[in-house]
Amino acid sequence: MSGRMSVGTPGIGADPAAGVLKRARQLVEDRKLAAVAAWKGSHPGGLAIGFMPIYVPQPLLEAIGCLPVAIFGGGDQVDIIRGDSYFQSYICHIPRSTIELALAGDLDVLDGMLFPSICDVIRNLGGMWKLLFPGRYSSYVDLPQNFDPELGGRFYAAELRRIADELRARGASPLTDRSLRNAIVAENQRREALFSLDALRRREPWRVPASEAYLVARAGAVLPAAEHRSLLKEYMAAALERQVRPYDNVRVVVVGSFCEQPPLELIRTLEMAGCDIVDDDFQLGLRMIEGAIDVREDVDDPLAALASAYLELGAATASRYIAEEKKGAALIRRARGARADGVIFAAASFCDPALLDQPMLEAALAGAGIPYTSLKFAENTGQFQVIREQAGAFSDAVKLWGSAA
Amino acid sequence: MSAPDTRRPANDTSEAPPARSGLATGATPPASAPAKDASQLRQKQMLADYFAALAAARENGKKVVYTFVPGNLVELIDALDMLPVLPEINALQSAMRKRSAGYIAEAEKAGHSEDVCSYVKCDIGMLKSGNIGPTGLKLPEPDLLLLSYTGCFTFMKWFELLRQEYRCPVVMLHVPYQAGGAVTAEMRRYVGDQLRDKVVPALEGVAGRKLDESALRHRLAQSRRAEDDLVAVWDAARHRPSPIDGYFGGVYYIGPIFSAFRGTDGAVEYYRELRREVEERMARGEGPMTPDGTPAQERYRLVVEGPPNWTHFNDFWRMFSREGAVMVSSTYTRVGGLYDAGFRHDPDRPLASLAEYCLGCYTNLNLPARVDLLARDIAKYEADGFLINSVKSCNSFSAGQLLILRELEKRTGVPGGFIESDLVDPRYFGRANIENRVQSYLQMLEARLRPGASAA
Repeated sequence: MSGRMSVGTPGIGADPAAGVLKRARQLVEDRKLAAVAAWKGSHPGGLAIGFMPIYVPQPLLEAIGCLPVAIFGGGDQVDIIRGDSYFQSYICHIPRSTIELALAGDLDVLDGMLFPSICDVIRNLGGMWKLLFPGRYSSYVDLPQNFDPELGGRFYAAELRRIADELRARGASPLTDRSLRNAIVAENQRREALFSLDALRRREPWRVPASEAYLVARAGAVLPAAEHRSLLKEYMAAALERQVRPYDNVRVVVVGSFCEQPPLELIRTLEMAGCDIVDDDFQLGLRMIEGAIDVREDVDDPLAALASAYLELGAATASRYIAEEKKGAALIRRARGARADGVIFAAASFCDPALLDQPMLEAALAGAGIPYTSLKFAENTGQFQVIREQAGAFSDAVKLWGSAA
Repeated sequence: MSAPDTRRPANDTSEAPPARSGLATGATPPASAPAKDASQLRQKQMLADYFAALAAARENGKKVVYTFVPGNLVELIDALDMLPVLPEINALQSAMRKRSAGYIAEAEKAGHSEDVCSYVKCDIGMLKSGNIGPTGLKLPEPDLLLLSYTGCFTFMKWFELLRQEYRCPVVMLHVPYQAGGAVTAEMRRYVGDQLRDKVVPALEGVAGRKLDESALRHRLAQSRRAEDDLVAVWDAARHRPSPIDGYFGGVYYIGPIFSAFRGTDGAVEYYRELRREVEERMARGEGPMTPDGTPAQERYRLVVEGPPNWTHFNDFWRMFSREGAVMVSSTYTRVGGLYDAGFRHDPDRPLASLAEYCLGCYTNLNLPARVDLLARDIAKYEADGFLINSVKSCNSFSAGQLLILRELEKRTGVPGGFIESDLVDPRYFGRANIENRVQSYLQMLEARLRPGASAA
């Protein structure tokens, strides 16, 4: 077993991070969204707007007085009874559990849903939402695949204005430059905390296991940016107090899980198999903008800045057009930046973006001499022994025969 | 590179057994191959000439642009004297010639997932097997990949994959999704500006010349003529009996206009001839020709949602034609343009109408709009029922089809059938299962339409 601390591990002694991890876990596992209801209670008239993966610009929503709520389906917490009747067997799992949650009333606390352009399943889920819940607000967010500021940038800014206007008609506050600037600043601060956590993870993965980083990152799904930042900082401070030591694990980057999320046990399984996950795309939406959004006082138009940030700083991912970049170059940079020994492709079954991208990324890694392995999962996968064996064999092979360093 | 394995699976026969249901119309296959209509012969020659031109492209100094059927800009490509290649059409042609299984196996051996689109895998496998096209001639490599990103996420990945294989430039045309059920001014502007600032310059760069706008206008005017005749063909299905099969026959009718020929004199002549043949059949009170070489005996009128299966196309067709089921309309035949909803290419507004064309293709419509369109067609063509053929490969079509089924039944009161297969992967065509479902559905329709009549 790793020397790392984890929630509920007996006999290790008091973990300084136990309290914050417990809160994070409660927030993540609460499918009734009590934290969202509490926020609405303390913000009368405030709208809670759910959004599917990967990314919507959360500052836009906070700027108009809304709480952005990231929805990742029901994971392994929901028995699918009705959701399966809406999808054929060869469609991934997240839309089924999301429909299930909605039909069970678990999403009733939300005042609207946003469906970003990630793939045809999520795209069509947006259309299904309109048919199933015609009285509820829902909208597609068509992220640009043209990155020219005069073309894609202008279209995207118009798209954001449209969403703000539609929500305004439903009771949200008007979008002003000041409110948007403040929201972007809060978001920049949240991501600064997140990037600090990521850096700590890369330096000392034994101190910040990926399974814990996952919880504290995902807890932000139901929190405003400022509160999430506080939680992240609290966790980091606690993690730094831990008395832990490193183990002889390999360092891996896990990619492909940017939408339908792996069960937490799958992440733990990889760790128990000897892999320190030093980078991943599990909560890619939070990290989609790779840097601060520039809203210094001399920036006239914060909405344009928000749009530009996506064009210029948007993370490379399967749902974003590669343009002139060499496919796989970003992944190689990430792997080398994280001093990773290898990459694990962990795609949800039937995930078109991840699975169509994978051969190109594998070819790039092979060319760069970076070992990799791949597996598929569903959000409600319940058996992990095979994955443990595969990851264990990968970890051993990398240790015996080579690394990315 | 190895040749593809073109052996047919043991359970795959090119001639299906006769229909076993008591609803058989008694049609028997002819002793010899059925005579082809003049339009069919014309299309065959057009295709032969086209693939010959592609094979000789390098020799003749012709540049080649790969693009997709939805949102295809063949008038632009042709106006710059370049040749288009549409990989989806290569894939379906490979399937009809029983080559797709081998190509898909090659792609999966190279690491492509069994979960993803079989069109892509078929194309990748064909590439890795020598890129021999449907007529046995080698296809030329692209000088440019025109990524018309409309209605299908997979298109983006497909051309990223091909860029890696061919090491050629790509130009992206991002066509926004009609999520709100309508085309907005912002969408038109975005697509039009990309055409002006990105696509046309990229095409000109490859062609080595500037676009002659009068040449483009001429082709758009030709497109318009062909579109008028095609819509007349679709509308003919309102007649009883329908002189066309708007799905199995329809995929042949859309060949020229959705592929390399829209905007050409050849397409104008083809659709004029097709329309004349259809109108003559209508005047004679005849149904469309079936794969057994006899006119259909219309007993059921159906609207179809979803692409056909290509690997067992004629067998699939016979499951319906031998029971007298005629498809009066379909959505797949609108993937390359909703002309019967009123769209026409407009020579007076060339780039604007090309932008509108790209925005208006069927798979770029939201689900409620697709339901509306299907409900409209069920009423317009007085359909007895509708069928959804859900294909494993295509999430753009398939995700949400079970809800479409429920919505349509609720809205129209007309019963729907639901079957599952695939585009070009024969492993996902379960003949017995599909035939069973089709038979059950048609028996239910029979009982509904003619209660009290006993099955033969």
